Amino acid sequence: MQRMNREEMAARVARDIPEGAYVNLGIGLPTRVANFLPKERDIFLQSENGLLGMGPAPAEEDTDWELINAGKQPVTLLAGGCFFHHGDSFSMMRGGHIDICVLGAFQVSVNGDLANWHTGAPEAIPAVGGAMDLAVGAKQVFVMMDLLTKAGESKLVAQCSYPLTGLSCVSRIYSDVAIFDVGPAGAHVIEMVPGLTIDQLRDMTGVELQLALEIA
Amino acid sequence: MIDKISPSLQHAIAGLRDGASIMISGFGDAGAPHELMEAVIEHGASDLTIISNNAGAGETGIAALIKANRVRKVICSFPRQAASHHFDARYRAGQIELELVPQGNLAARIQAAGSGLGAIFTPTGYGTLLAEGKETREIDGRNYVLEYPIHADFALIKARAGDRWGNLIYCKVARNFGPIMAMAAKTTIAQVAEIVELGALDPEAVVTPGIFVNRVVQVAPLTVAAAA
Repeated sequence: MQRMNREEMAARVARDIPEGAYVNLGIGLPTRVANFLPKERDIFLQSENGLLGMGPAPAEEDTDWELINAGKQPVTLLAGGCFFHHGDSFSMMRGGHIDICVLGAFQVSVNGDLANWHTGAPEAIPAVGGAMDLAVGAKQVFVMMDLLTKAGESKLVAQCSYPLTGLSCVSRIYSDVAIFDVGPAGAHVIEMVPGLTIDQLRDMTGVELQLALEIA
Repeated sequence: MIDKISPSLQHAIAGLRDGASIMISGFGDAGAPHELMEAVIEHGASDLTIISNNAGAGETGIAALIKANRVRKVICSFPRQAASHHFDARYRAGQIELELVPQGNLAARIQAAGSGLGAIFTPTGYGTLLAEGKETREIDGRNYVLEYPIHADFALIKARAGDRWGNLIYCKVARNFGPIMAMAAKTTIAQVAEIVELGALDPEAVVTPGIFVNRVVQVAPLTVAAAA
């Protein structure tokens, strides 16, 4: 079995983002999806701190600290891009105007519950940012994550044990070994890396999995 | 003649008292009114409640207020950052209260205050720790949480340019919370890089109408006037 690396995962997510989509990419791994969006597609990247039409990182000498993304890294603005205040930015999410958001996760349940903001550990200082707004607001919530933790535990679970970010909000998981649709009908496997079987995947995750019709 | 221009930062924050609640704009450093925050430290007011997206990083701004032991409570969405050590230390020592609010709910509650709404029903946070104990309601098949407005005594914001009636324009993503905080505070103070004559700001492009702004203070020397 050949696991996908970070770049391959980002490229795979990018393939599923259609022309004309309004997209918010979360901090960390999801940010890399931007590097693989096909140039011939008009895709609008939104950043929670008030910009739409976000472009790639600038050359270092063109860094402008009043033009940054949600991860506080310098970015650029595409021709046709614009700025707005936080009220409008979160209306774009909560109001259902964002087509797709891509987030990282600690855990996702087979019915689409998301846990990605807090481990619940007593010494942890909680921080939530815009995660809960994106989770409930975007029309489709994609999660990008390794299927297993470093300790080998599945992050796709029957029920999340970490504090939830949103209920039944995730529609698809892009992991390093398989892609799943999740939701009220449970988890369906829609792609696996070569050499992996559904039974191995069931062993890895310990959750009930069905093969999607397309690959069954 | 109405002239909202303050001659100095200390004049701009006149009336600040111990126990005040202060909204502070900014997302990262973009839009953070550092000079006004330095003026608050110099002023000496303490026991403050700070409403902002973050709880400060490094040694300046909100972090400096916390370091100087002026802050009793922080209402924010994202306190934990790479360099939020001053907040982290006081929080772990139980010396500072934290009200953690999802970022969009923070914006919506600030907007509710500025818009005169008694409360809002928001879908964000439903079923999570951050909605525990709060009233909920199902409306048209979707679940919402009742959240109350966040008001403040002062808003400290940063804009690119303003005029003596308080009209403001911003710079790129430094706009962030400025326009909505300006509406929600009893006294809104804008630090600007440039003060312009009435009529110089394109009325179609004014982002914050002067009705929401009480004082404007310039923090950088006037830029060289554009060639005539």
